[in-house]
Amino acid sequence: MDFQSCVNIQKEWDIVGARQLGRDKAKELGFGTVDQARIATAISELARNIYLYAGTGKICFETINDMNHKGLCVIASDNGPGIQDISLVMEDGYTTSGGLGAGLPGVKRLMDQFDIISEPGKGTEIRTVKWVR
Amino acid sequence: MKLHNYLLISIQIDLDDQTAIQFQEDLLSKIHKSGATGVVIDLTSVDIIDSFIAKVLGDVVTMSDLMGAKVVLTGIQPAVAMTLIDLGIHLQDVPTALDLEQGLIKLRQELEE
Repeated sequence: MDFQSCVNIQKEWDIVGARQLGRDKAKELGFGTVDQARIATAISELARNIYLYAGTGKICFETINDMNHKGLCVIASDNGPGIQDISLVMEDGYTTSGGLGAGLPGVKRLMDQFDIISEPGKGTEIRTVKWVR
Repeated sequence: MKLHNYLLISIQIDLDDQTAIQFQEDLLSKIHKSGATGVVIDLTSVDIIDSFIAKVLGDVVTMSDLMGAKVVLTGIQPAVAMTLIDLGIHLQDVPTALDLEQGLIKLRQELEE
């Protein structure tokens, strides 16, 4: 794990900024075009969740590059209202915003690792990793 | 661009949510004004479709249908198709075609039915 860079999510356009930066990082690390699209899409979903439900937050990137494996870690964190029932938001089709309800379960399928920590009233942190194959 | 009774639209930019909604409104008013019976939306240059943009595209197909115009989506990239399925989005009722040419053929078929 060498360095971390972050994008603040405050306005809608930041969603696009975050996914473009994520795609650039994925490209640098040697991900193929399909995985680049998967990573960019996952970032888009995570950033939109921050914008919709927490208002503000950030998306951070860490590149993992050691002897054995290479990957990109994407961390979405906010100090929003938190998630009351995590198993509910991980269900396909569950939405409170009128969307498709594809966001979080979709991100889990798009990435290789997915961890979520959320405390009601304090905020949410989602940590995901995609490995270069 | 208008060709006979068809509108041909190509999306060339990275869509943010607001632009996507604006696109939806613009397209519907263009259908209304031009009296187009068919629309091809070409997505060849679009390298990301997330759940929001997928919803906007799916909705615009349904909305146009309500107005009496058929929409065909064309040129969805392989990486985009794979990502959509991972997201769990199937766009099942949305007519699609490989490219613009196939899209026009499909549109003609849809309109003849």
